[in-house]
This record gives sequence, C-alpha cells and structure tokens, in this order.
Amino acid sequence: MLSILRRKATAGGSDAVLLRERLRKSCAPATTRLQGYATAAKEMMVRDALNTALDEEMSADPRVFLMGEEVGEYQGAYKVSKGLLQKFGPERVVDTPISEAGFTGIGVGAAYYGLRPVVEFMTFNFAMQAIDQIINSAAKTNYMSAGNISVPIVFRGPNGAAAGVGAQHSQCYAAWYGSCPGLKVLAPYSSEDARGLLKAAIRDPDPVVFLENELMYGERFPVSAEALDSSFCLPIGKAKIEREGKDVTITAFSRMVGLSLEAAEILAKEGISAEVVNLLSIRPLDRPTINASVRKTNRLVTVEEGFPQNGVGAEIGMSIIEDSFGYLDAPIERITGADVPMPYAANLERMALPQTEDIVRAAKRVCYRSLPMTATA
Amino acid sequence: MSAASLSSSINVIRSASFVSDKSALVSNARPSSSSSAFLGSTAKLRFNPLSSPAASLRSSVVAAAAASNVVKEKQPKSSPSGSHLLITKEEGLELYEDMVLGRAFEDMCAQMYYRGKMFGFVHLYNGQEAVSTGFIKLLKQEDSVVSTYRDHVHALSKGVPARQVMSELFGKETGCCRGQGGSMHMFSKEHNLIGGFAFIGEGIPIATGAAFTSKYKREVLKEEGCDHVTVAFFGDGTANNGQFFECLNMAQLWKLPIIFVVENNLWAIGMSHLRATSDPQIWKKGPAFGMPGVHVDGMDVLKVREVAKEAIGRARRGEGPTLVECETYRFRGHSLADPDELRDPAEKARYASRDPITALKKYMIESNLASEAELKAINKKIDELVEDAVEFADASPPPRRSQLLENVFADPKGFGIGPDGRYRCEDPKFTEGTAKV
Repeated sequence: MLSILRRKATAGGSDAVLLRERLRKSCAPATTRLQGYATAAKEMMVRDALNTALDEEMSADPRVFLMGEEVGEYQGAYKVSKGLLQKFGPERVVDTPISEAGFTGIGVGAAYYGLRPVVEFMTFNFAMQAIDQIINSAAKTNYMSAGNISVPIVFRGPNGAAAGVGAQHSQCYAAWYGSCPGLKVLAPYSSEDARGLLKAAIRDPDPVVFLENELMYGERFPVSAEALDSSFCLPIGKAKIEREGKDVTITAFSRMVGLSLEAAEILAKEGISAEVVNLLSIRPLDRPTINASVRKTNRLVTVEEGFPQNGVGAEIGMSIIEDSFGYLDAPIERITGADVPMPYAANLERMALPQTEDIVRAAKRVCYRSLPMTATA
Repeated sequence: MSAASLSSSINVIRSASFVSDKSALVSNARPSSSSSAFLGSTAKLRFNPLSSPAASLRSSVVAAAAASNVVKEKQPKSSPSGSHLLITKEEGLELYEDMVLGRAFEDMCAQMYYRGKMFGFVHLYNGQEAVSTGFIKLLKQEDSVVSTYRDHVHALSKGVPARQVMSELFGKETGCCRGQGGSMHMFSKEHNLIGGFAFIGEGIPIATGAAFTSKYKREVLKEEGCDHVTVAFFGDGTANNGQFFECLNMAQLWKLPIIFVVENNLWAIGMSHLRATSDPQIWKKGPAFGMPGVHVDGMDVLKVREVAKEAIGRARRGEGPTLVECETYRFRGHSLADPDELRDPAEKARYASRDPITALKKYMIESNLASEAELKAINKKIDELVEDAVEFADASPPPRRSQLLENVFADPKGFGIGPDGRYRCEDPKFTEGTAKV
C-alpha cells in the first residue's frame, strides 16, 4: 500500500530511485518471512551470489572459463566477475574484442571439444548479434549429430529492462530462447536462485541461456547455510512456490517475482490469498507444478516483462487449457510489458512495464472482485 | 626445370607468401596472360563487356594477382622425371585415390538425387577435390576440420566411411548422424569433423573455438605436446561475412593454431565474386589482420599440398593462423537444384581442362610414379566402394519413430545434474518431464 501512495505523491520524481526503493521494500521483508531457513539468515547480493558461483565452479573444474566483453580487467561490466581475473589469470578469464558472433562461436567450438565456456553478453540485446551461433550451432548440434557432439556451454548476462536505458537495451528474451528446442533457459530471482542455478548451468552438459537482470544485481537476499556450500545446486526444470495461497496463482520469473510478492501482500490485506510461483526455469517449463497450483486455486495470472504476443504467459496459459481446463473458474489473465519498444521517458517506461498495481488489479479481476475500470487511477 | 631452380622457386614462394610484408608480394609482379588469372566470366553481366571500368578492374587484378604467379610458375606438372619430385609413389596414390573417391561419390550422389533416394539440399564438390585432398591428407586424426554445407568430400577425406556418409544422405539410421543431420550437417566426433554448417560464416568461429581449445589444453590443462590444428574451409561469398573478419582478428590476436582456407570458386550461387566484393583478392585480407595471406592454384593438388604443409607447420609450431585462398571451380551448380544458367560455358570449359584428377594422373604417369594400369585399378576399386556404399544405404532401415525426440539434450530428460554429480532424472524422487513418444 505504502508504495502505491508514494507513487501518486511523487509523480515525475526520480523514478530510478523509487524503483529501487520499492524493490528493497518488496524483496527483503517478503522473502525472510516466507522462507523458513534452518539457520539465521546471512544476506548476500545477487551479484556476489553469481560471483561466488563462478569462482567455485572455475576452481572445481579447470575446463570452465569465462569469456566476454570487459569480464577481465574491468572486473565485469556489472562487476559480476570481480576478482576472477586476478585469481584465475587471463587464459581463463578472457577479455574479448567487440565481436559477439565471433566470440560466441569460439565458445561453442570450444564446448564441442570438451571445454566448458561461460560466455557473458553485456546484455542479451547484444546477443542478437550472436543468435545464429546460440541457436544454430549450440542448441541444434546435439540433435543434428545424433548425440555425438554435446555442447556444455552457458550463455549469461542481464536480460530485460533496466532503468531508462531505451529500446535497444531493454528487451526481454525469455520467450525467444524459451521456444527453441535444445536450449535450457533459466531465470533466477533471489541470490540463492542465482547461485544454485548458475552452478547447475555450468555443470550441465547442454547449452544453457541464463537470464539475469541488471536491476536485481544489487538486491540483497538472505541465504541459507546450505546455499553457501560449494556443491549446492538447484534442479533445472523445477519451479518454486515462493508464497503459498489458495485463491489465485500468480506465475512470474526474474524481477517480476518481487512485484508479484508485493502484490500478494496487498491482496492478502483485501482477503485474497495469492500463491506466487517463481518459474526459475523457462525451458523446460515446470508444467506439473503450475498445473497443480492452478488446480488448487482455480485462477491464474501470469506475469512477465516481455512483449505480449507469443510470450511466456501465452505458453503457460495454453498449457493450463490443455491440462487443467476443467479446473479454471475464470479466464486466464496475463500481465506483460506493453506492446511497444521501450520508451525512454521515465513515466512512459513505467507505463510500459508491469507494476505491482497491475498485478493486483488482474488478480482481483480473476477473482471477480475488481472495481469498474473508471474507478481505478 | 632443374632441381636447383625448382627448389629456388619454392624458396621464392616461401619468402613471398609467408612474410606479411605486402611489398615483397607486389614486387614479384610480372604481367601475365589473363587466361590464367581467376577473373570469372563477368562479360555478359555488364552492359559494356570491355568498357574501361571492367578492363581496369581486370588489369589491377592481374597486376597484383601476378604475385601469385610465383606459385603458379613452379609448375611441377610440366617437369617430369629426373627432377626433384614433390611426392613419393605412396603419397601420390593416396592423393589420387582420395580425389577419385570424392569425385565418384559426388557423381553417385547426383544420380541418387535424381532417382529420388536423396532429397533436400545437396551441394556437390566436383572440381574442388584438390583443395580437400591437399589439406586434409596432411592432418592427423586429432586435428579438426570445419566445413560448410559442401561437406561430403571433406568428410570422406577426413576418414568418415563412405557407407556412413551415403546412409546419412539417404536419411537412414546407419548414417554418421543417424539420419538427423543430412547432407549439410555431417558431424563425426571420432574423426574430428564438424562438417555441419548451413549458414555460411557460422563454421569459422567454431573452427576458431576448436583452435582455442587446442591452445587452452596445452597452456591451461597442461596437456603436453597438444599441437592439434584446425582447418576451416569456406567459400568466396563467406569472405564478405562479418564473422570471418571477427575471427581473423581474434585468431591472430591470440595466435591460434588455425588455417583459414578459402575455396574461391568465383560463384556464390549465382553471385559472381567480382560483383560482390570490393577487393576480390581475398588473400590480401590476411596481412590486413597481421597474418600471412597466400593465393594458390586450387586445381593443382601438389601446389595446394605444398602451401598446406607450410601453413600447418606454422600452426603446429604456435606461430599463429594463415589465410590461404585456393582458386578453384565447381563443375556443377551450387546445389542439385541450381539451374546454373549464369556461368559462361567457356569459363566452365576452361576449368574443366584443368581437372585436378586428370592433372595428377598425367603428372604421376609422366614422372613414372605409377602406371596407367595401377591408376585404373584404383578407379575400379573406388567405383566398387561407392556402389557398396549405395547398397548399404539402400538396405539400411530408416530411423525408428522413437528417435524423433532423442538427443535434443545430452542430459536424458533435461533436468540437469544434481550436486551428487548424477543426472537428476535418475533420482526416483524427481518427477519426470512432459515429453512423451
């Protein structure tokens, strides 16, 4: 509630700060309360979670190496690879020229021959220059060679919108990569997710697209002692129920999980108990978990940052219709980014991305508890 | 030509070709007849065939390409017995057999395609055998070859059995990729052949990655003496693609053990190389990135082999990459679906007279390395081998239905590896995925 009032009061104020404020409020309280940790919570930033995961996997297996722009001497464009060059040397932390197609292909070629590269894209927008290598030579090769040549490579980097970076730096690629057989696509939310999934991705014998989020790098989350162990890894293809509920299922991934948890808090005060499912894995999608949740609550709202047509929400919706149609008590709602390239102006950008109140309104609509449209701000 | 002058001309090649000093290359320029230069038949494609732009283009091409005539003038083919021979009898027979295998196989592919046994896109290599044989026969099994969609002969030269290649083309289960790859996607882990790229330019970064792995294994994983080299084959059209330039830069920057081989057959489907490229001399792009660029007559397997020896030696010693442009020609169209109407028949005839197999045969007979009968016996043996391959492929079963969903991932169900190092889907407590046959 507080965040909605704040937004009305400071319309046009410094929205980047506001965004981070809201995230901070949503992330920390929600997760500590809802996840039972065995020991007292130590906090860790997502950036540090990724850094420690890379560090541990590179120490454990000399075939793992990191390659990308500014990963070495610059300590990482977003400081995710800080300290790795000093520790492992320039042969294992390779600064590349600005040649995405070239160095991605080099990574894929190295993976064909048994090394385990981690290719960093400064953002996944730049990966479009290398998408031929990702799809045609990485994703399809195990199939085309009938299992002769596997490709144990990880493509990672920030995905989705940041703050005010414009149309060419803000696209969410989850739906594009998620539609391609031969790829595994992961999208962590918290630090534990980031650590566990990155370790699983590096150990995996197949190409993994690891979608991080720039705005999440600086967020702190509590981590359990189990998560800090160097053999910790999360399963690929399993979603996590972040918050249990019984009235409506809200599915989300990456930064949208935070907004969904915030929305769930607001809904709880109005008597709607929302179940928030953190997808974690876009491909393979954890259809059993999502279906089980919808069969329990009978209502579904899917949330994603990307463009609406052919999005992740469309796939989840169809999956529910195929498997659990009889259990639905209301049409499925999807909350997505606006069907426009991301505008620059701060107020337009805010309108182009899902906000907490959008999720709240959608949940109320599926519960047939919404107010008529004219009454909403 | 006496032995002394022959070896001195080889030395001239060495200094001219492998020093990345442009002046050395240009200073050897001598005017030569345009019939030997790789000019292509652009005559009927321009409004004024002999107007000044075309003529001046031709003359500038001739002047600088004449540098490569240093290589051409070596002409071992016309210097028969008694002189310093470039190959032994065994080597000669090996080269002959490999080229004949390539030719016979491709001809059989055409036959099978028109009989409906093969389908989709099939790109044949007729005429270019000297390049494949010249390079690949100098490689070890551990060295890698990365090719494009025109990969049947690269596969055969590298050692993939003809039966497996033919079955793959027929789409049968016994193919090298169990019928899942097809003509354009030949992969063999055992023979280190990545023949499989339909996108031109896509294989070049992969080859650079294989070379990177070789260097990484030596320097980081400390595998002593790992000196595997990679040979990347691609065409003249690819030399205009961004990925090519990105890899020339990175390969030279990191001194990777790779040889970039351009099979310049002057035509990218129907696009003449001269119409598509601002500076048609592809070998010049090597020195622009700091590596040696060499032009060689790709219709002459012995010349290709000499250049290949030098380039592979460089890569093995850790001296870095080389760009080799082989002037060659494909006797057939781009693919079996290409009507091939744009190429001048005179150009085709000119190159047909330089058929690499006929040329090697002539050389071997004139140098008394082999008799006509021995070579005929090889031809017969190859014909039988190819027939056997077709019979084997015909008799092989198509893939089982259950094969459709197999091998998408190396990990059986796609759920990754657990902390205990085993596949998670093998854990009975873990639920299965949704894909069912």
